[in-house]
Parts: sequence; structure tokens; C-alpha cells
Amino acid sequence: MALPALPKRYHAASIWALYSLGLVPAVWTFYLGATGQLIGNPVKIFEHLLGEWALRFLILTLAISPLRDLFGINWVRYRRALGLLAFWYVAMHFLAYMVLDKRLAFGVIVEDVFKRWFITIGMAALLMLIPLALTSNTWSIRRLGPGWVKLHRLIYPVAAAGALHFCLAVKVIGPEQLVYAGLVSLLLGWRLARPRYMAWKRGRRQANVGLAPARALTK
Amino acid sequence: MRPSHPIRGSEITSESAYLNRRDVLQLAAAGGMALAAPSFAWAATGLAAKPGGYDPKEEITPEADATSYNNFYEFGTGKADPAAKSGDFNPRPWSIKVDGLVGKPTEFDLDALMALGLEERIYRMRCVEAWSMVIPWIGFPLSALIDKVEPLGSAKYVAFETIVRPEEMPGQRGIFQPLDWPYVEGLRLDEARHKLTILAMGMYGKTLPNQNGAPIRLVTPWKYGFKGIKSIVRITLTEEQPASTWNRLAPGEYGFYANVNPAVNHPRWSQAMENRIGGGGFFGSNERPTLPFNGYGDEVASLYAGMDLKANF
Repeated sequence: MALPALPKRYHAASIWALYSLGLVPAVWTFYLGATGQLIGNPVKIFEHLLGEWALRFLILTLAISPLRDLFGINWVRYRRALGLLAFWYVAMHFLAYMVLDKRLAFGVIVEDVFKRWFITIGMAALLMLIPLALTSNTWSIRRLGPGWVKLHRLIYPVAAAGALHFCLAVKVIGPEQLVYAGLVSLLLGWRLARPRYMAWKRGRRQANVGLAPARALTK
Repeated sequence: MRPSHPIRGSEITSESAYLNRRDVLQLAAAGGMALAAPSFAWAATGLAAKPGGYDPKEEITPEADATSYNNFYEFGTGKADPAAKSGDFNPRPWSIKVDGLVGKPTEFDLDALMALGLEERIYRMRCVEAWSMVIPWIGFPLSALIDKVEPLGSAKYVAFETIVRPEEMPGQRGIFQPLDWPYVEGLRLDEARHKLTILAMGMYGKTLPNQNGAPIRLVTPWKYGFKGIKSIVRITLTEEQPASTWNRLAPGEYGFYANVNPAVNHPRWSQAMENRIGGGGFFGSNERPTLPFNGYGDEVASLYAGMDLKANF
């Protein structure tokens, strides 16, 4: 499958467009909440929206390499932006919880983080994302070499923790939680299946290369 | 001096009048499509009631918040789902079947229920999710209904049941069902007959909107909100403690009693504080300490004398 390729001169612009579009839900909802246009429980609505977008961007980040492996769509140039958007949403989610929801009552926050499993898990995901965000620049990639790849595998436990945090936070696991947990499981499961798939694909390609002349002859 | 010109009451359009007018307009607008898409949407109309004498003297939650931030899983698990997805629900006509250990099992229609004496009572409402509201309900004491059916001496509990109507309640259809239907709840008979316990048929001077449990729901202000079973179709007096939906789903998280208690935390969040919902954006709401029995301890604590409230949460 091949998509019409984006001309190279638009690559940088498309990445910046992704950053700005990606922040629209947070900015818009913050505006609605700050001006009293979110009815009901504005703090929770904003907090939950940030958490959900964090999960969405984590899922998109994880989807980049299967898209390339399975469908030949190469969007690797967007992966850093998606990962950083996920990080920013997780950070804003935590800030909204800390400042707007708990009003900086640190005693309550510390108790939550250590006593309530789903918050502990969410907090662990945030902490794991920090080194990833800090080393998301080209300089770090060069500097860390193969260690960078290893370090950035932390995105897998982060995504798993994010989905689990969402499932444990609600009173009853609903279709939304199932969809997110399902997508994360699929994407992580793909990482396990990938070596075998790639080997099979390589094998087939070699076989095809070997058969090509024979086919040409029979024709 | 110019004489003042007070506006006579008769000159002010009552809310029920303009709501009726709006209904007529909506009907007229929908008329053209009536055959293609029958709509049972039913707007809240004015409901008269005498003052019931309960007022916590706290700021009443804006009606827009109380009617748009709801838990009513029959319409979906999201807080906005009940308001957004209850348009097809038709709470009229309606009747409640009252049976079980009673001398006179009876089916009550809405008129018979309204005749039990509607009064307005302003109650605090504390959700198990640590948010709260102050709501002016219109209803009648449940004891009035129970007296009508003449409970037998063997009756110890009261079981309640919500309607099952998947064709009108989107949360009750589809592959994913969050709860087992019907939603069921229960009270001890003395709790059910307590003077604070009402069956509400209205709020904010109007009949209950669909998302708040039209046409009739339970209100027990000293208990967490999930005890307030909505759209009730059956009330049964029993000898054994009846099942309650959330208790059945997660007995470690939701007890049968579900009395508001800041000393007993939900396993996944604290119950010490609550967020009082109020209009005005991020800083319109406020955190406040949760009171034992939601502030109704003087009236209800005696119901639980000698009981370990940590074990019977």
C-alpha cells in the first residue's frame, strides 16, 4: 500500500502543524473551563480530557512502526512529535490534578500517590516519560547511540501503565477503557510478534527473488 | 411621588406555561417528520409543591449543573451521557408496582403517587465519587406509600427496581453492558420509613428531567448518591436483605448501607473531602470536608446505634 508521498519541502511544516494541532484540545478546553463554559465538573472534565489525549498520543506513537512494517507507510518523522505530545499531555494531566483538582494539598497528593494503586501507576508512567522527553533531541540520539533505543523502550511500560491507570480509575470498566486497553495490547503484542513476521517477510522476499528468473522462463 | 407599579403575578408567564408553549412549538416543528422519526422527548414541566421545611441554607447547585452532570448508566457511563442520550425515554404513562410482604399489593400510577402530598425539600447530595450538590427536590415521604400497602410484620427490607427499556435507554443495549439490569437497590424498612427518605418526582420546581430519574426516584440524603435509584417501577417488601447493584458488582467498594462516612475511604479514593459542584469554571467549585451521614447525623445516627459503621459501610 502506498500513500501519495508528501513532498519533502513540506516535512518540517507538517511536523510543526502536528505540534500545534495536537495542543488544540488542551488549549480549547482550558479556555472553556477558565471562562465557565464547562458545565458540571469543569476540573474533572479538563483533567480527564488531558489524560485521554495522553493515551491517544501514546497509541499513535506506538502505531508508527507497525504502520511501516505492515503497510509500508513511513511516518517515522512524526514519531518524536507524537511522543512529546503524549508527554506534554501526561504532564498537564498531572498538573491539572495537582493544581486545579487537589489545590496543591501536598499531603493529600502524597497519600494518593502512595496509597491508591491507579495513581501510583499513573505517576510511574509520568516519571518514566521524563527521561524519554529529555532525550528526544537529535543530540541525545547521537550521544547515546544504541543505548538510546534501549532507553526508549520505556515507552512500552508507559503505554501499558497508562491504559491500566485508565481502567483502574473508573467505577466500572466501560467500552472506552476496553478500546484503549485493546489498542495498547495489540500494539505491544505486535512488538512480540514482529521478529517472526519480519523473518517470514525476509524469507518470502528471498524466495521471490530466487523464483523470479524461473517465472520469467515459464512465461 | 410616582406610584410604584408592582407587576401582578398574573402578568408573569409561569415557567410551566412557557414550557408548554415550547412543547407545542417543538411538536409543530417535529410534525413534518413525525412519521419518519417518532420522538418521545418529554420536557420537564412545572410541578407545584408545598415547602417541606428542609433547607441546609447552603448555596443551591445551579440547575444546569444538576441536570447535565449525572450518573445514570442506563443511558451510558459518561457524565454527559444521561442528558445527551435520554431524549427517547418516555416516562409517561408510568406506574409503580408495590408488592411483597404487604397486606394490600397495589399498582400506583403517577396521579396516585402525586396525591401522596408533594413537598419541596432542599437536600445535600453526596456522590460516592467525592463530589456533591445541593438540590431542591419535590417529592413525598416514602413512608406515605409504604403505609398505603400495609406492610406485614415479617417485612424487614424494601427492594427497589429500575425500569428496563433497552429501546429507549442506550446504555441497556449493545454488546457492552456495564451493569446487570435492572438496577436494583434496597433499604432496611426503618430507613425506608425514615422521615428524610423521599420519593422525588421533581426538582427545581419542575418534574424530573429524564437524566435525573424521571418520573420518580429515591432520595436518601445521608447515603451516597448511588442509593438514589432512578425511574423506579417496582418496590418489594422483603424479609431478607435485598441485592443492590453496586454492592453486587464490587462488594469491597460499595456496601449495602452506603452511608456517607468520611472515615471510611473508598479503596481507590478518599472520602474525607468532597468537591461541591458549582457554576463558574475551574474555581467555581470548592473542596469541603465531608460530614458523617452527609450532615444528617442528628436525624439518622440513631438508626445505626450499636453498629460498626466501618464493617457495615
